[in-house]
Amino acid sequence: MPSEKLAFDYSKPKTLRLKLSGNWQLSAGLPALNELLSQLDSHADVREIGFILSQDFKWDSAFIAFLFRLSQAAKQKNILLVTQGLPPQVDKLLKFTPPEAEKIVPHKIIKEPFLDSVGTRVIGARDSTLSLLNFLGDIVLAFSRLVRHKAFFRKDDFFAIVQRCGADALGLVSLISVLVGVILAFIGAIQLKLFGAQIYIADIVGIAMVRVMGAVMTAVLMSGRTGASFAAELGIMQANEEIDALKTLGVSPVEFLVMPRVLALVMMLPLLTLYADLMGILGGFVISTGILGLNPVEYFNHTMSAVKLSNLWIGLIHGFVFGIIIAVAGCFRGMQCARSSEGVGEATTSAVVTAITAIVIATAIITFVCQVLGV
Amino acid sequence: MQAVVEVKNLDLAYDDFPVIRGLNFSVKKGEIFIVMGGSGCGKSTLLKAVIGLNPPQKGKVLYEGASFWDEDEAGQQKIMRRFGVLYQGGALWSSLTLGENVALPLQLYSSLSGPQIQDVALLKLGLVGLSGYADFYPAELSGGMKKRAGLARAIALDPDIIFFDEPSAGLDPLSAKMLDDLIIELRDNLGATIVVVTHELASIFRVGDNAILLDAEAKTAVAQGPPKDLLANSRDPRVIRFLTRGEKQGAGQ
Repeated sequence: MPSEKLAFDYSKPKTLRLKLSGNWQLSAGLPALNELLSQLDSHADVREIGFILSQDFKWDSAFIAFLFRLSQAAKQKNILLVTQGLPPQVDKLLKFTPPEAEKIVPHKIIKEPFLDSVGTRVIGARDSTLSLLNFLGDIVLAFSRLVRHKAFFRKDDFFAIVQRCGADALGLVSLISVLVGVILAFIGAIQLKLFGAQIYIADIVGIAMVRVMGAVMTAVLMSGRTGASFAAELGIMQANEEIDALKTLGVSPVEFLVMPRVLALVMMLPLLTLYADLMGILGGFVISTGILGLNPVEYFNHTMSAVKLSNLWIGLIHGFVFGIIIAVAGCFRGMQCARSSEGVGEATTSAVVTAITAIVIATAIITFVCQVLGV
Repeated sequence: MQAVVEVKNLDLAYDDFPVIRGLNFSVKKGEIFIVMGGSGCGKSTLLKAVIGLNPPQKGKVLYEGASFWDEDEAGQQKIMRRFGVLYQGGALWSSLTLGENVALPLQLYSSLSGPQIQDVALLKLGLVGLSGYADFYPAELSGGMKKRAGLARAIALDPDIIFFDEPSAGLDPLSAKMLDDLIIELRDNLGATIVVVTHELASIFRVGDNAILLDAEAKTAVAQGPPKDLLANSRDPRVIRFLTRGEKQGAGQ
């Protein structure tokens, strides 16, 4: 059935004249070419295609795309396409139509054969480990220059980073730590109630928070918050050639950008851990005394007697180690970042994943060492 | 001739810092209009207000009589679909190939089928001289090619008006001339109205039918007219200094 926009005129021998009317613009769409091709099949004597335009004919590049396909079909059937009578720009625009073979191929993820992908990953892991060792070496050198008062970095920047990864994180750390304390108290209550030993909730909350949970929860938060921001900052600086500018100025990017970040986070994470411990204990205290009906003084005394100084030190060691892990992971991934927006995204994701994985591994190692040492 | 874009009494500012005050001009259908001026005179700020990215403090931007900033969101979207913008760096989406970059606006706003969209997208790439590059990613292109690809995307929907933000910036002279030629061809072949924000004198004289000169101190336009006429006839020392790259100082200087 003919389209409203397209009619066929065979009044002239061996000639098909296309009567075009209405809107042939991008917004209105085009008639399917099949209709026209079937006309050509049923009138095999046609040797020429011409055009008759109505008054209301409107066109834009959509019409050029239609003509392009029509010209290809006509060429295959040895039919002459006469563009006389069409607007003068049409001929000019037709010259810009693509070569027949060109197509836009949707981007597909190419699946690598299994062995290839294993090999690529192994080589990647080896290269990455070597780069990390180099990077750690550069950090050690930067700190050795810091100790000798030879390191070059802006102190204002350092204090701004301290502010960002210290005081600015207090709100979030408070919320999460209080809730962790609350959760520990509730979980403890379920079991201890069976033995009538609910007061030991104080011991569970106190020891768990101070020894490991405060540090781990703070570290997970900070790797998502500060570690990711380090990776994104340095990644964008890499993409904008700011890091190249530092190198050509003779300034070590590790000294100028990485060292202040590592130093700031290593200083702040143990302090945030201490703060998280207190907030967690507070959360447990509020639930135990307010909802579970425990005596506040008794709860306080139990907490004081259960939490030993050694627990506090272990918590602080966790915090110190996690600070190094998060800062190094964030800065390392940022410095490795590819110079594109995708690269920055990958660096940020990778920084968080690396940090959290390393935090879990470090926690297991510290716990094992403490067990062996009997502390 | 009918004005396609009109700017009336426009005030632009960053917080309390005024950038442009009381600016008036109009762009006629089918002309290549240049917004020129030195660095920091507010050219890009003006462009952002005209293309709907930053609202003005005061005044109106009219598209064939419809005040952009007084329209509701749907009205603004409708107006925005009438224009295309070539940003300074091309602003191509880096995760898409050039073909996909140009096809995306067509997928969103045209009524064409998939193969027809392909043909139109490839036609647009051909128009800007990038035939055969449909499967390349932006990262694989030179600066000039990125700009041309950005232009192919800007003209994907056959806009009535095309805005160019510093099209020649960062290009070698031959690429800059190629882009100037493209601007003229687009006007002639697609019948588009073109607004170019630039300070490149070679481009200004080559493509400009009409222009305004913004001045950082005056915070408004200090001259308006065809660039060649301004060079020949203006007695304003600011205009003479700008259009002669400071080689002539003008009367009284």
